[in-house]
Amino acid sequence: MTVPLATIRVTRAFGPVVEGEAVVSTEGFSPRYDLDRWSGLITKPGHKLEGTNIRDKILFFPTAKGGIAAGWAFFDIKHKGIAPKAFVFGVTNPVMVQGAVFAGIPITEGWDPPPAEAVRTGDWVRVDPGRKVIEVLRRGR
Amino acid sequence: MRLTPEEEAMLAGRRGEAARDALRYQLAVGEFFGAERFVPVTNAHMMGDIEVMGDGGLGWLKATGAKHARACVPLTTNARCFDFAHAARLGQDAGEAAKERELIAALRGMNALTTDTCINYQTLYQPHLGEHVAWGDTGTVIYANSVFGARSNFESGPAALAAAITGRTPEYGFHLDRHRKGTLVVRLEAALDDLADWGALGKIVGEKHQNYYAVPVFTEPRRAPVADELKHLGAALASYGSMGMFHMVGVTPEAPTLEAALGGNRPVDEIVIDTAALERVYSGYHLGDRSATLVVFSGPQLSLFEMKALAEAFGDRKVHPGTQVFVTTSHGVKSTAHNLGYLQALESAGATVLEGVCFYILQNLSRMRVANGWTNMVSNSAKIVNIIGAHKFNTVLRRTRDCVEIACTGRLS
Repeated sequence: MTVPLATIRVTRAFGPVVEGEAVVSTEGFSPRYDLDRWSGLITKPGHKLEGTNIRDKILFFPTAKGGIAAGWAFFDIKHKGIAPKAFVFGVTNPVMVQGAVFAGIPITEGWDPPPAEAVRTGDWVRVDPGRKVIEVLRRGR
Repeated sequence: MRLTPEEEAMLAGRRGEAARDALRYQLAVGEFFGAERFVPVTNAHMMGDIEVMGDGGLGWLKATGAKHARACVPLTTNARCFDFAHAARLGQDAGEAAKERELIAALRGMNALTTDTCINYQTLYQPHLGEHVAWGDTGTVIYANSVFGARSNFESGPAALAAAITGRTPEYGFHLDRHRKGTLVVRLEAALDDLADWGALGKIVGEKHQNYYAVPVFTEPRRAPVADELKHLGAALASYGSMGMFHMVGVTPEAPTLEAALGGNRPVDEIVIDTAALERVYSGYHLGDRSATLVVFSGPQLSLFEMKALAEAFGDRKVHPGTQVFVTTSHGVKSTAHNLGYLQALESAGATVLEGVCFYILQNLSRMRVANGWTNMVSNSAKIVNIIGAHKFNTVLRRTRDCVEIACTGRLS
């Protein structure tokens, strides 16, 4: 097993172990307000990740924004084949959790240390909800 | 989680496959949050429409219906994405409209009341202090927690449906006393004369504290706010801040005093909202190409009182040629507004009044925007100017009377 380059402990977690490319955002997220749910692109004008495709990514967001619709939206984007591999939140809200559980997408909340100190966009990371850790396996280019 | 014998039986499938699946799902969510048990709910309110659910969600709903899923507490539905009477004129997709009808039929088959309103708390059901419910959208939840003192988390469509099927929800978040105490204090020095002012207040506070568990305590309101004002405040707090609860000292039931509202918490922040703070919100919007071709009164749906006030604000004036005005409300409010003449007044001014929908979730909205050449969207709802972003509108919040002025002159400033 690869020795992780860095490890983030999370407070709460759901889902199976997944690996993927990290996308680290300094701005919060709502699948309803920020995302084009047909292309998987973040389209809200001015969002810090505007233009980023979330498909198969492991997404780090500090917060969740608004939105009851995430409950269906995650299932919808999974059905369309454009879902991310996992959601990693600093602070989330119940809807994100209900939506991720409903869609079977791993989700975590609470982090130590914060991603800014451990992971960068493009790094290859593993989310292990059972052990409540996120491990950085390879640095991106 | 500790389960009652009834819940064990449900998990064992003795109330059918749908109830077993629903409870399993609720258990996974409850365990994530460390819930110790379930609490019974008396009422559920769910978001479910084809725009948000998509084909995958509709397929799931039909499959769940085939398992004889049935709501065992009153289950009402939130605003949806079609007002069928207007679908063709709005250029909405006939195929999606047919799916929306299938979806409505599937929900009715599960014993849902397809009421299609996001103002259930004004028009359908008012839970009492301490009553546990399972509601969504966010505006309904923050109103239930804050104004009624009822108890609900944000319950997404699948979660509210599961709660209606099992008659319970995991006990976490706002079902627990410890999350209902104030965490920050907001002193109100501004007059707050317009619904948009209350929304702007929610924007300022929500943007600064984006946290589901942040509970602002508003102090020293100049007067007792009315329901529509609290509705716009709550909707904006939930939208900008993901907040599920607020207190207002002397107004909301769990805030007889500031001390009671804080419940021993030391506030993490103290904010003063004065007139200048509100004016900074209004002056902070980019006016884009300065077009004023779209003015929207929606999000949340308008109450009867808002319909009356808006009809009076238009008076004998007409919507400017080239500008379109949309108003959304519930089936019941539209019917009453018709009986009382407010509907005719708005329509003769040139506004389009849609029922059972919210503007921002209208099916095909992005293409509607392009087809109509809309770039700016002007509204008196702080919530809708926030949430419509993914459809690439440039949004501008203005006070109600300014929105009417913009609609009638076609000039945005």
